[in-house]
Amino acid sequence: MELSGAEILVHCLKDEGVEYLFGYPGGAVLHIYDALYNQEEVKHILVRHEQAATHAADGYARATGKPGVVLVTSGPGATNAVTGIATAYMDSIPMVVITGQVATANIGSDAFQEVDSVGITRPCVKHNFLVKDINDLAETIKKAFYVATTGRPGPVVVDVPKDITDPNIKVPYVYPDSVQMRSYQPVTKGHPGQIKRAVELLLTAKKPMVYTGGGVVLGHAAEPLRKFVKTLGYPVTSTLMGLGSIPWDDKQFLGMLGMHGTYEANMAMHDCDVLIAIGARFDDRVTGKIAEFCPHAKIVHIDIDPSSISKTISVDVPIVGNVADVLADMNHLLEVSKTEPDQKALAEWWGIINGWRAKKCMSYDRNSDQIKPQAVVEMIHEITKGDAYVTSDVGQHQMWAAQYYGFSKPNRWINSGGLGTMGFGLPAAMGVQLAFPEETVICITGEGSIQMCIQELSTCLQYGLPVKIVALNNRYLGMVRQWQEFFYQNRYSHSYMESLPDFVKLAESYGHVGIRIERVEDLRPKLEEAFALKDRLVFLDIVTDQTENVYPMIAQGKAHNEMHMSPYCDLPQDPERELS
Amino acid sequence: MRHIISILIENEAGALSRVAGLFSARGYNIESLTVAPTEDASLSRMTIVTTGTDRVIEQITKQLNKLIDVVKLMELSDGPHIEREMMLIKVKAATMDQRDDVKRLSDIFRGRIIDVTASTYTIELTGAGSKLDSFIEALSEHKILETVRSGVSGIARGEKCLQLN
Repeated sequence: MELSGAEILVHCLKDEGVEYLFGYPGGAVLHIYDALYNQEEVKHILVRHEQAATHAADGYARATGKPGVVLVTSGPGATNAVTGIATAYMDSIPMVVITGQVATANIGSDAFQEVDSVGITRPCVKHNFLVKDINDLAETIKKAFYVATTGRPGPVVVDVPKDITDPNIKVPYVYPDSVQMRSYQPVTKGHPGQIKRAVELLLTAKKPMVYTGGGVVLGHAAEPLRKFVKTLGYPVTSTLMGLGSIPWDDKQFLGMLGMHGTYEANMAMHDCDVLIAIGARFDDRVTGKIAEFCPHAKIVHIDIDPSSISKTISVDVPIVGNVADVLADMNHLLEVSKTEPDQKALAEWWGIINGWRAKKCMSYDRNSDQIKPQAVVEMIHEITKGDAYVTSDVGQHQMWAAQYYGFSKPNRWINSGGLGTMGFGLPAAMGVQLAFPEETVICITGEGSIQMCIQELSTCLQYGLPVKIVALNNRYLGMVRQWQEFFYQNRYSHSYMESLPDFVKLAESYGHVGIRIERVEDLRPKLEEAFALKDRLVFLDIVTDQTENVYPMIAQGKAHNEMHMSPYCDLPQDPERELS
Repeated sequence: MRHIISILIENEAGALSRVAGLFSARGYNIESLTVAPTEDASLSRMTIVTTGTDRVIEQITKQLNKLIDVVKLMELSDGPHIEREMMLIKVKAATMDQRDDVKRLSDIFRGRIIDVTASTYTIELTGAGSKLDSFIEALSEHKILETVRSGVSGIARGEKCLQLN
């Protein structure tokens, strides 16, 4: 079969089983768009800004585990996509981004809409390719999907010059079944000796702790993880990225750890004697002060990426491998092991932990006459029975969503953890809703973040995506305001959001439903009303308490046992007092 | 600590920029970097001289290995090895005294005079970096017009090889 480059590209996507292509046309990709015209297998979703194309593909990938696919034009199309590519890179999300490029002969001549896409994206992709010969096109696309989805996943950019897709130049098309790359051979199985050492160490623990991350979600390892944790009876905490791997209400789950983690999770990290990190990368928001991170612990670390191991925290037993495979091997060793965890020590450890738990660090003012953002999230959990897909933007609302929604399944909590990209939530929700049209998809956002990709309300109408947007509107860039309150003596420099639009009218003008909630007593009925509108996008503009802060909070560079606490829990608020 | 890392990398456009970009993005030092194709035209061999603590060097090797284009990597300074650098140096040699002295120094360092004009000598010198430094030092009485150094190339001693399996 002889095909043009443009046709080859579209055929590759079909053969790769790509369901949705998120994109935006432009000069350099017009041949490709022409090839997309007369086919229905690959459904193109026309976004309103290329950043949203990448976030939507990213959301789709996070919810389904399948790679997200993007098509943008050269120049500004590519540069607009960069934020979304970097977002996916930081969170290891499999994505293939096809960028148009000016014709090969014009590369380097400062041609119209020319930019060095390979150069610009190089630091924020797993790999990128410039296709210089039509005969390499199909194999390059295959490689892109292979690299994006194997090992530690990540975004791959394929830059395709316009002449490569010329409709008049046709070559035979064969999509390879597989590709071999001598320079890329990701490991999967962990080293048996290391796994044995890790299990032996874990069984000697008096104060064990399990710390899980996004690798469990990405590596489809929730099942073996649950088994592992149940067998051992050890306490478990999760990073922002790993939420849902262990159900939020599991007795052994201590909640999230880190900067806005629970008191019990952070204290248990600080005091533990054996820590096992599973698919987590010791991010600075998790570790706090490196020198005082888990000061008494021997550390086991399972990660698919060797460069994650001992990057910031030195570990005692490193295991490079696919988290699911390593956990399965560990579970097997535990089954046949003659040693048991030290039940007496474990009971004492749980006694201490339950003491921390009893402080109820997540308390907030439930009798306020203002709408508390935490209450909104808890109520949404109740109304959606904790089974919705929840995306978020970045800031206070993101933390409250993570802390109070209560996730029971992996792949349900979709947020930009590593890069912290405002504007992620709505387009990501579009990707999720397309993948799961029957499911409830919520975008928990703030009045600041939502305005960074608000144009996507138009896309949602075009494709009938009934996303529920929950804007916790406190008229502030809340997290910035919180830091200014804590660390800049209340100097609220440019964190107040003035001249906000009327979000209800805005939603209506885009053809959606807008609901404003201002009074505590309206919260439940109006939320119920919104979630009952199954087929419509509803924009909930919820006027919340302006001064609410996210608690607990470990200030940057402080240790796990130095937390600012909510005034409503049974702990001193100030970390200095608590230490003394 | 000074380390020498040898890399076999796909001989493709952009491969060098991936390595250089990695070093600048992560704040690693590069003392020198040399790269050229090998006997297998699809592969380039790169020698990087860098400094850092053991921990930093471990991260550098892991991050380099993570680059998709990197096929194989070896830390040369882990074992016995040979390192060489080549220098071309142009020196003023106008008077008989200058010409004699530069020639003598060049002979002592086992350099070769490869170009001569009425007023200059150009010398080629190969050796470890420290030898090249000493030669420059020895020429301090003379006017050095230009120096070009290749950066370090290295190879392991004995039967140890950096090659595809």
